[in-house]
Order: sequence, then C-alpha cells, then structure tokens
Amino acid sequence: MASATATEKGAGRSALNMVLFYVFLVIFVFMSVFPLLWVFKMSIVTKTELYATPPTFLPQNISGAEWAQVLGDSTFQKALINSSIIAGVTTVICLFFGSIAAYAISRLRFRFKGTVMTLILAISFFPAVAIIAPLFIQYTQLGIIDTYASVIITDTVFALPLTIWLLVAFFRELPVDLEDAARVDGATTIQAFRKVIVPLAAPGVFTTAILTFIYAWNEFLFANTFLFDENTQPVTVVIPNFATIYTVDYGAQAAASVIVTVPLVILVLIFQRRIVSGLTAGAVKG
Amino acid sequence: MTTASTEKKGRGWFKEEFGNPERRAAYYMVLPSLLIIMVVAFFPILYGIVLSLTDSTVTAFGSFVGLENYTEMFQDPDFRVGLFNTVIFTVASVTLEFVIGLAIALAVNRAFRGRGLVRAAILVPWAFPTVISAVMWRLMFQPGIGIFQYLAETIGLVSGPVLSDPALLLIAATLIDVWKTTPFMALLLLAGLQVIPGEVYEAARVDGANVWQRFFRITLPLLKGAILVAVLFRTLDAYRVYDLFWAFGARELQSLSTYVYEGVRISQLQFGPGNAAAVFIFVTAFLIALFFIKVLGMQTSAEE
Repeated sequence: MASATATEKGAGRSALNMVLFYVFLVIFVFMSVFPLLWVFKMSIVTKTELYATPPTFLPQNISGAEWAQVLGDSTFQKALINSSIIAGVTTVICLFFGSIAAYAISRLRFRFKGTVMTLILAISFFPAVAIIAPLFIQYTQLGIIDTYASVIITDTVFALPLTIWLLVAFFRELPVDLEDAARVDGATTIQAFRKVIVPLAAPGVFTTAILTFIYAWNEFLFANTFLFDENTQPVTVVIPNFATIYTVDYGAQAAASVIVTVPLVILVLIFQRRIVSGLTAGAVKG
Repeated sequence: MTTASTEKKGRGWFKEEFGNPERRAAYYMVLPSLLIIMVVAFFPILYGIVLSLTDSTVTAFGSFVGLENYTEMFQDPDFRVGLFNTVIFTVASVTLEFVIGLAIALAVNRAFRGRGLVRAAILVPWAFPTVISAVMWRLMFQPGIGIFQYLAETIGLVSGPVLSDPALLLIAATLIDVWKTTPFMALLLLAGLQVIPGEVYEAARVDGANVWQRFFRITLPLLKGAILVAVLFRTLDAYRVYDLFWAFGARELQSLSTYVYEGVRISQLQFGPGNAAAVFIFVTAFLIALFFIKVLGMQTSAEE
C-alpha cells in the first residue's frame, strides 16, 4: 500500500516536472525567436499601426509597402549582391587553404605542429580592431580601399582559424586505414588526400563551409572600415545606415533586417544538427 | 610510417624535418595558411605598435614621440568611458551568460521530444548578424513604436527613452548580448556535459550524494575544461565589443573598440590615441588569455 502511493506520488511529481520542463522549453524557444517575429510584424503593418499606442500584438492592417520599397531599392539590392560575393569568395578561399593545412595537421607528423596550432588559435583570440589602422594604411597604399579585395583578404585571415580548426576535428574522425591502403597501392600524399579524404570528408567540409559563410556574411568591422563606397558595401553596413537614408523609416529598416536574417535562419533550421556538431567539435576536443 | 629519420640525435632537426618527404610535404601544406595569417594579422600589429609611438596621421608617417599618445589616451574622458563600459559589459554579460547558459545546459541534458526544435531555436539568435540584431533591438526600443520601450514605461521601469540614457543603454546592450549569446554558451556547456559518463552519477547516487553534492563535486570539476574554454571565448569576444554598441547605441555608446574606430577612421585628429588604444586592447586581451591559461589552468594543447 505504502509503496504503491509512493510510486503514484513519484509518477505525479515526474508528470509535473515534465510539464514544467516543457513550459520552460516553450518560454526559451519563444524568447529566442521573438525579436525576429516582432520585427517581421513591424515590417508588414501600415504606418498608422506601426505608430499605434498601445502597440497591437497581432498585425491588423497588413501592408506590403515597406517590403516593396526595400526590395526595389537599388542600394539594398547591390548590398545583397556584395554580401554574397564577399561571403562566397571568402568561404572558397578559406576552404582551399584551410583543407590543405588541416589535412597536414591532422594526418602528417612534423615538429612544429603544436606551434602552428597555437598560432592559429591565437588569431581567434585576436582583437581585430587592433589592426584596422595599420591595415587601412597598407590597403590605401595598395589602392584596394573600397574594393571587395580589402574585406575578403581580412575576413579570410580571421575566418581561416575557424576553418582549419573545424576541418582538423572532422579529418581526425576519418579512418586512417583507408589512406594507408591508398598509399600502399602507390598513391602519393596528394592523391590520397584528393581521392580518399575529400569524398569521405565532404559532410564535414560542407558544415565548415556553412559556418565560414555565416561568419563572413555577418562580419561588420572590416566592411565598415574599408568600404565607404555604397557600390561595394555589404548589407551589414548598409542596413544600420538605412535610418539616415530614410530618416525615420523604421518600417523599411525592419523589412531589410528580416530579409537578410531569413536566409540564415533557414540555413540554420535545415542544417542545425551539422552546425551544432561543428560548433562543439572544436570546443570539446580543443 | 617510421622512416629513415629514426634517432639521428644531434644531427640537426632542420635536416631531419626537411629531408623527410612526408614532413616536407606537411610544411608545404601548412605554409600558405600561416603566411596569410602572419602577413595580414601579426605584421600589422607590429606596425600598429610602431604607429602608436609616433605622431603619424592616416596619410603621413610621423616622428617618434614616445608614450605621448598613451598619456593623451588615458587623459581622454571618451577613452575612460569606453574602458569603463567595456569592463562592465564584459563582466556582466559573461557572468549572466555563464549562469543562465549552465542552467539551460543542465535542464536540457536529457533525451526529450522536440530536441531538434530546441536546438534550432538555440541557433537562431547565434546566426543573426550581430549588427542586424542590434538594429532590430533598437527598433524595439524606439520611442513611439518600440514594444520594449512601451512595456518598460508601462510597468514603471523607466521614465524616459532608454535610447537617450547612457546607463540604460549600457544595461540594454548587456541584456541584448545575453539574449544573443546565452544559447551558444549553453550549447558549448551541453557538449561538455554529454562527455561525462552517466555511471559517475550512478555511483555517486549509490553512495548517497544529493543533487547539490553531485553538482559541486562531480559536474563542475568534470566540466571545468569546457567552462574555461567557453568563458574565455566569450570574455575576449565581449571585451572587443564593437558591432552591438555601434549599431544599437547609434554611436552614442562608447567601448574600447568604438574608441579605436572613432580615432583611426572618423576623427582624424584622434589618430594617435586611437592607435594607442588599439595596442592597449591587444595587450590587455593577451593578458586575459594568459590569465585563463596560466592561473586557471586552461588546457590549450590541441594535440591528441
């Protein structure tokens, strides 16, 4: 009898725990996505409703005016293209140099491996703002201020450690036997890398590509330092300036913010499992 | 794999390293990345140190002036405000993120339905460009249209616009950072938790350890490595805060980084102190990292 009530009580308590746990999760998920939802709401209501006090919680008078204005804005269109070029090229360069270096670090033996990894790690701790003045002077002398090159070069340096770090973690998980077999069959180091490692590592490389792309897409400091020409500015620089371009057009700013964030959110929703494994790979093993 | 390079003691490591084709290949493969990093990151920091000791301008290299720029920097009220804000922001945001992040990590460290959804929700704030999330939050604090400004006024938390009060601006910026980065902190700590084998807890439970004993005697010590890595990363990240302050505060909120930016990129008259501040950030960030590694005993070896 006594034991029966005890288990019932226990079951009751664990059911309550379960409910509390899910309430906690719902609050947590809601808080994470609330700003995006709210700013989306701000972007699709009429001006009158945007300025209504108290604010409406669900949109009542829907208007597509802000979206139409932003999407039709040539500066914003150009900025989206610029962001894609900068992030895309940075990702390709990082993957190219990064995968070669990461392969050597994860597979080959050499004396200064520890030093190399420390140097690479040091960059992730490096306050980027400390070098913007020297770089600005050097880039001016090279004549690449206001060009994609200035930002792509700098982004590459700061994304490369992340790329290498992630790829090393992924490469280490791949079976060594296969490469040894390839080498026994007469393949060179480069061939072993290209024919055996690359196909096997594709998922890890893909994850690394996503993370590198997100880093470069989100970068702001270098773009804001080296690009003062609207023709090359990415969205991260253009959107905060929307406030001054359209003086107080908050609706347009809201729409623009949502437009640049949505692709990232979709990327995250599709690849969440991979991204989490990538983000934690370096941290746990490192 | 153990090739001809076996025990040629004292014969010079150089010959040994580069005489072996596999090792030579390794150096060729690492070299391009290292060169890029050295040329674009380490060389400029040396150049930056030199600049900070001269009266150079953006366009002309000046003459040696000793520590004059540093003296000027420390006397500049803007720098002091920036330093104060940065330190408060770093300590407050990292502390909150760590405590809340650990609580979340402990809560979700189990199998449950909807894991994927929670994981995705965790990543949403992280994936936002910092500067865009700052713009979004600024919209939500804007007087007249901002939901948070409205709520804060309605419940009597503030009497005026948050965006025009420096102290409230700093508090709001800290909370925004907590919103954006706590999930990421939770993710890193959760990964650390999942490495701890369940048997350890079973054993402790059998021995009669209660929840708190298990937390302080098992979880925290075993999680130390993951905690130090996560906290150091976040500390250095918060310490160089720029995007958030710049966009959320609309240039009204000073940090060390915005001070450097103003100096070297906006007001050309401040170029000298701006460079001094750049070196200051570099050196202090280095000391913070050193503190974590030497004093707190963080593991840095990426090897094995």
